[in-house]
Amino acid sequence: MRPEPVQAVKHRRDSALAALVAAIPYAGFLGIVFERHGDELTAVLPYDEKLIGNPFLPALHGGVIASFLEVASIVELSWSTLWPALESGQVTPEAMSESLPRLPKTIDFTVDYLRTGLPRDGYARARVNRSGRRYASVHVEAWQDNRARLFAQATGHFLMPQG
Amino acid sequence: MTETTAQNFINALPFAHALGMRLEEIGKGRARISMGWDPRFVGDPATGVIHGGAVSALMDTCGGAAVMSYPGALTTATIDLRIDYMRAATPGQRITAQAECYHVPRRVAFVRATAHDEDSENPVATATGAFTFDRKEDR
Repeated sequence: MRPEPVQAVKHRRDSALAALVAAIPYAGFLGIVFERHGDELTAVLPYDEKLIGNPFLPALHGGVIASFLEVASIVELSWSTLWPALESGQVTPEAMSESLPRLPKTIDFTVDYLRTGLPRDGYARARVNRSGRRYASVHVEAWQDNRARLFAQATGHFLMPQG
Repeated sequence: MTETTAQNFINALPFAHALGMRLEEIGKGRARISMGWDPRFVGDPATGVIHGGAVSALMDTCGGAAVMSYPGALTTATIDLRIDYMRAATPGQRITAQAECYHVPRRVAFVRATAHDEDSENPVATATGAFTFDRKEDR
């Protein structure tokens, strides 16, 4: 069997990711977008004036940082759960945009603020440390200029959608 | 703090303003801030429930305001914040957070907060956090 054409593969994955992110209005309100390399996602928070908490520093609002990390975690968790079904053809991006996948619910979320969020773009990558049938644990790291200098990290627990 | 100064405090924080937050009460290490329901803040359109991140932002702002109102406070920043989501907030209802500094040693303020919708008996979320505490007399 010939391998699937690369354009078809990319189109399927990008459409599915777009449908997933579009399902979260609050992600759009914050302006969060996702970059994808294979199954690896990077959440991007483009700088915007409304994201500022302390205008005198100026610094990103702690609530913006918490929100960015929580959105990145939920999208990563849904994406990693969805991936096998998407690749096997059980789920199609078309079906996803008609009937949105049910999202995990946050049980708890703990944010460490390591450095001031500077008035520029932020990036985040989440890792699912444990994903069971009912519960999942996700860790997420965020940085701005240097990947090694995190400005925030968080751990969250989630209730998986049933059925 | 008068009502106008209090609301000016919120309006001076662009993100608190973007989320439409309203300062209800502040003083002596306690604060109460509310936020209306808005379709742009929804996390899951299937349910219409506000995204946890928006509730976090409300809790963080309220915690920071409580610290700033503690006698002698000069500036503050969040060190860490843990939120427990007890139940989904009812779509369409206003969410109100209440925060208090329950222990303030020299350089840290320990804060706890609760958020509820129009059903004030059953919290939507609770939070605990540590905030930096810079004192006026240290400057």
